[in-house]
This record gives sequence, structure tokens and C-alpha cells, in this order.
Amino acid sequence: MAHSGPKPPHPDTLAVHAGQSPDPATGARAVPIYQTSSFVFPDTDAAAALFNMETPGHVYSRLSNPTVSVFEERMAALEDGVGAIATASGQAALHLAIATLMGKGGHIVASASLYGGSHNLLEYTLPRFGIETTFVRARDLGAWERAMRPATRLLFGESVGNPSVDVLDIPGLARIAEAHHVPLLVDATVTTPALGRPLEQGAHLVTHSATKFLSGHGIVIGGVLVDGGRFDWTADERFPTLTEPYEGFHGMVFAEESSTSAFLLRARREGLRDFGACMAPVTAFHILQGLETLPLRMARHIENASRIARFLAGHEAVERVHHPDLETHPDHALARRLYPRGASAILSFELAGGREAGKRFIEALTLFSHLANIGDAKSLVIHPASTTHFRMDDAALAAAGITPGTVRLSIGLEHADDLIEDLSRALRAARK
Amino acid sequence: MQFIVEGYPAFAYTGGRAFAPSKEAVVMVHGAAFDHSVWQWQSRYLAHHGHAVLAVDLPAHGRSPGAIRTSVEALAGWLVAFLDAAGVEKAALVGHSMGSLVTLAAALAAPSRVSRLALVGTSVPMPVGDAFLAAARDDSPVAFDMETTWGHARNAILSTSPVPGTSLMGASRQLNGRSRGGVLAADLAACQAYRPPNEALASLAMPVLSVAGKRDQMTPWKAGKSVAERIPGSRLVSIDAGHSMMSEAPRATLGALRDFLAR
Repeated sequence: MAHSGPKPPHPDTLAVHAGQSPDPATGARAVPIYQTSSFVFPDTDAAAALFNMETPGHVYSRLSNPTVSVFEERMAALEDGVGAIATASGQAALHLAIATLMGKGGHIVASASLYGGSHNLLEYTLPRFGIETTFVRARDLGAWERAMRPATRLLFGESVGNPSVDVLDIPGLARIAEAHHVPLLVDATVTTPALGRPLEQGAHLVTHSATKFLSGHGIVIGGVLVDGGRFDWTADERFPTLTEPYEGFHGMVFAEESSTSAFLLRARREGLRDFGACMAPVTAFHILQGLETLPLRMARHIENASRIARFLAGHEAVERVHHPDLETHPDHALARRLYPRGASAILSFELAGGREAGKRFIEALTLFSHLANIGDAKSLVIHPASTTHFRMDDAALAAAGITPGTVRLSIGLEHADDLIEDLSRALRAARK
Repeated sequence: MQFIVEGYPAFAYTGGRAFAPSKEAVVMVHGAAFDHSVWQWQSRYLAHHGHAVLAVDLPAHGRSPGAIRTSVEALAGWLVAFLDAAGVEKAALVGHSMGSLVTLAAALAAPSRVSRLALVGTSVPMPVGDAFLAAARDDSPVAFDMETTWGHARNAILSTSPVPGTSLMGASRQLNGRSRGGVLAADLAACQAYRPPNEALASLAMPVLSVAGKRDQMTPWKAGKSVAERIPGSRLVSIDAGHSMMSEAPRATLGALRDFLAR
């Protein structure tokens, strides 16, 4: 029998309203910037209760702040999670997730197709702290399965890989994660909740670089970690940070304290407290200004990117275009299934003429900005092999789908005709 | 903390303090398809302020295994057996929603074991809509959507959460979603069927508190007020929140319980 129940607000409504009541102190309708390090305790008993997590509330802005909380709660609502923690950057969100789940001896299986910064953390930095990562081809589910070890505590990939624009098979990976009882973390920076929700597709945790599409304006650095509350940390003894008493917080057993939010409790009470990579209130304010228009902006980003992908695919100076809207892309069908509204405003392509042609192309562009970011209202361009991914050797570059001639575009909100005109001129320059 | 009740393990959260039988025991009982963690923002405080807290997971809920109980009376029988297992002669009982009926039934069946009774988000009787019952019977996720939406003040998801960074409705929905198949249907049917006579309510001699949410969509404020009116000497505390007042208005709910337990 089909049942019909109450409908939650649509994402467009959540993007504007979720997590924010008019300010109780002043009635302000906009989200106020609570630019304060700390919050006055009404009395000593209330102070002790807040410190001991007997009552909820704000103590110190490293742990939580009312402006930042609006952003966290809005992201939790948009992603259908139980809560979120805002961080100083997307990198801090990834680190916070990993450090909350494991320590020395822990193992991660990750997609080889990752943002260069995430690859650095996993490949070069975390091994120094005893955490190893096995990288596998994102599309090869068998490789993920084979890479699992008894010490594996996390699967990690990007919803749409950057810059190779491959689409992560989240439902397929979720089945592997469930079978091995290991959580799946998805960096959904490229897709955003406006295009797809990883938690609904089977992921357990989500991170974003909020610097990108969530903000859209490219004026702040920030990140966010969302917990779906769907993973049972108590099913075995592999997550002692959540199931064993923590001496660093009065012997608290986080999984007893909260059945669904144990991960976030530990991440906030240990990770934010001790590592300190929190978000500034003014940063949260700036991100919220962008977040309100996220669904509108993503629709335009996607429309522009789709037109440009087809333009480039038909251009004689271009050898190959990587974008899931194109039928030639190996993840075309998967992208249609997981992201029916479109999968990516990022695309990459190979220029005929290799590295030198790439340089001429980038330098001839006038509307596209040459810089190391994606997800801006302005269209952006970069040459990954010499910038974002320059630490990777040729084998790692190939595994990440990057050649010396790969150019990455982040398509902005300008008129598509103007962008195509700029690209046409630069492509002509590249052939000279 | 684990006990053995009616032959099966039974879990109770003690609020981060070792259970001390010498202190006044406060036994907290959750609602349909939930567990002890609904009391997160009251139980830990009370445990650190002079009470011996036992926030139980009812059988077949949370960490307590065992057969699904199909009536409020059976759950109340289990609760009295739990007091025996914990070595608690007399306790203050605090129940939310279905848990309020369970604690009420326990107080009626074994009044000598109950020092005080706090009914949070209550209604006697507690009618459940046919569509809700049918969705739960079919184990449809729509039943959890109904419980989540009606279990909070209207548009709670668009409001600032009193628990920073937490989606109250998201957390509630996922906690429901973890419940064992058939539990929500059995719990709702038990609520629907429990109809104690008004004379029974009038016979309660221990101090009774009814905590009613002014924006409660599931057990409307009037229902909580009516329960208080039918129990002589009882108190009514109104809170500006929906049915999940322990998380929607954690301080006000704690304040009501703290004051009641201190009297």
C-alpha cells in the first residue's frame, strides 16, 4: 500500500531559511554576525552544566558560535543529516573526519581521483601519524573491495572527481561499505546538495569545501562536515573513539550519550577543541549569503557547463573533453541516474599540442580567470599538472585522469555566449 | 549500564555518573521507536545534580533486546520488573509520549514503587491516526516522516536549533529509522489501545506533573492540560515547543523536571 506523509520543505526553501529563526535578542531577520570569542554564563551552575555537556549552548567560539551554527544547521538540513560541523577549510573538514574515526594503525581506501590537497594529506602527511591510505581507481568497485583490510576504517571519494570529472558510484560503494561495516565519506564539493545528496545515495558522512559552490563568491575559505547519523558505530569494536570511555571528556562514551550524533559529539568536543580548525563567524555569514541562492546558481552553472562541454567537444583544437553530460564520458549513464539535474560545472579537456598549447590557451583567455579555485560565480581556468596536482608523479597523475595537457575549467554564471567567445579566441591562439 | 529484566539484557543510561542506589532514583522512559538518548539534555544534568538516573531503553528499543511488547500494560510490567532488577524500591518516573503512558500505567499498577510521576508530552487517551498506524504497520518510511514532522513544532527545521549544529528533526528521523522492524507499529497500536478510566487517574496519590508543549502537533497542549485537570493536585507546566520538547526546549524542559523533583 502506498502511503503519503507530510512533505518537508523543498531544498530552495531550506537554502533560505533552515537553521535560522529571527534573532531572539533584536528581531533581526538577517543572520547576525556574532563576532565574539565567548559567551557569558548566567550563573556558576549553568557554566558547569555547559562545560560538562549537561545542557546545550555556546561557550567559546572555537566550539560553537550562533552565526556558524546557522550555517551548520542549514547544511545539515540541505544534506538530510543529523548535524554538521563547520571548519576553517575543506581540508580541515576532511582531517576532522579522519582524526575522529581513527589513530595510529588506521587505514583508508580512497579514490585516486582526488583534489590535490586531499591527496597530499592522505599520501604524504597522514602516514607520518600512522594512518595509511590505499588509492584505487574510482570506477573499479572490485579494486575498492580488494583494498579493504582489517584495519580499514573509512572509504573516501569525491562525488565528482576534480579535475577528471569522474562520477563516484556512491550506491555501489555504499554496498561495499555496508558489507565491511566501514563508513563511506563523500566530498560533495562539486555536486553540492542542489544536485544530489550523498547521504540519500548511501554515504554516511559528507564534506564540502564551502569555499566553492556553497559560497559562490570566492571571498572566504571554509569547510563543513555533515553526519548522516545512519552508521551504527556500536555494531563492533572498531570505533573505540565513539564506543569507549574518553578520558579527555570525563570518561564520556559518545555512542551512549547520543545514538545518532556520537560522531559529531566527538568531532566537536575533541576535534574542534584540540585541533582548533573552527570557522570564523564572519566567514559563516559570507557563506550563508551565497548559500541562499545555491539552487538557483547551480542550475545556471550546469546549463552553462553543458553548453560549453558540447562546444569544446566539437572544436578541432580539442582532443578530448571530460564531462558527464557527453555520451562519450564513461560515467554518462551513472551521472544521469545519480544527478538528473546535472552533475558538474567543472570540466576538463585535452588540447591538441600538449603543454605548450595549454600555456598559450590559458594566457589568451580574458574572461576566464587563471587561478587555483573552482565554484566561483566567475569562470576559472587552471593547468592541474603544473599547479594543484604538481606534487603527483606521472603514475599518480594518470590514475587521477590528468595528462600534461589537461586544462580544467570551472564554469561560472556569465552568459554562455560570452564564455564561448572567449574560449574560441583562446583556442585559436593555442594553435598558433 | 546493563541489567537483566524478564530474562533479557536491559540497557539504561546513567547520565555519565555511576548509578548510586542511595540517591533518589529517576527513571526516564522514551516514546515510540526511540531510545534513552531523547533525554540527553535532561538526564546528564539530573545525574550530576543529586539524582540516580536510569534512562532506559525499553525492550526491543535501542540497546535492549527482547520481544516487542504489544501493550502499554506489558511495557509497564517490564518497567516495574526493571525497578526490581536495578534494586530500586521507589523511583520518580518520567515518561515522554508513549513513555508517559508506560509510566502512568506503572504508577497505577504499582503505586508504592512510584514516588513522583512526570508526564511529558502526554495525552490520555492517546489516539493515533489511521494513516499513521497503517504506514507503521507496513514498515513504511513514511511512518517515520510522520513521526518526525508531527513530533516537532511546525517548521522546526527552519528554526535555530537549541543544540548548536544539530538538526533536531534529522536526528529524530534517524533515531526512528534505527528502530527494529515492527516496533513503531506495535508502539503506536499500544498507545491507541490504552484507555485507563478517569477514576484511575483521579486515584493517583503521588505528586504528578504534566509538561505540555504549546506547539505540540502530536499530543496537543490541551490534551496535556486535560490530563493535569483529571489528576487532583497535579501541576501543569506549559513549554513553548512541539512534542519533542526535550530537544526543542531542553532548558525549559529540564527546568520543569528539576523543579518538580526538588519539591
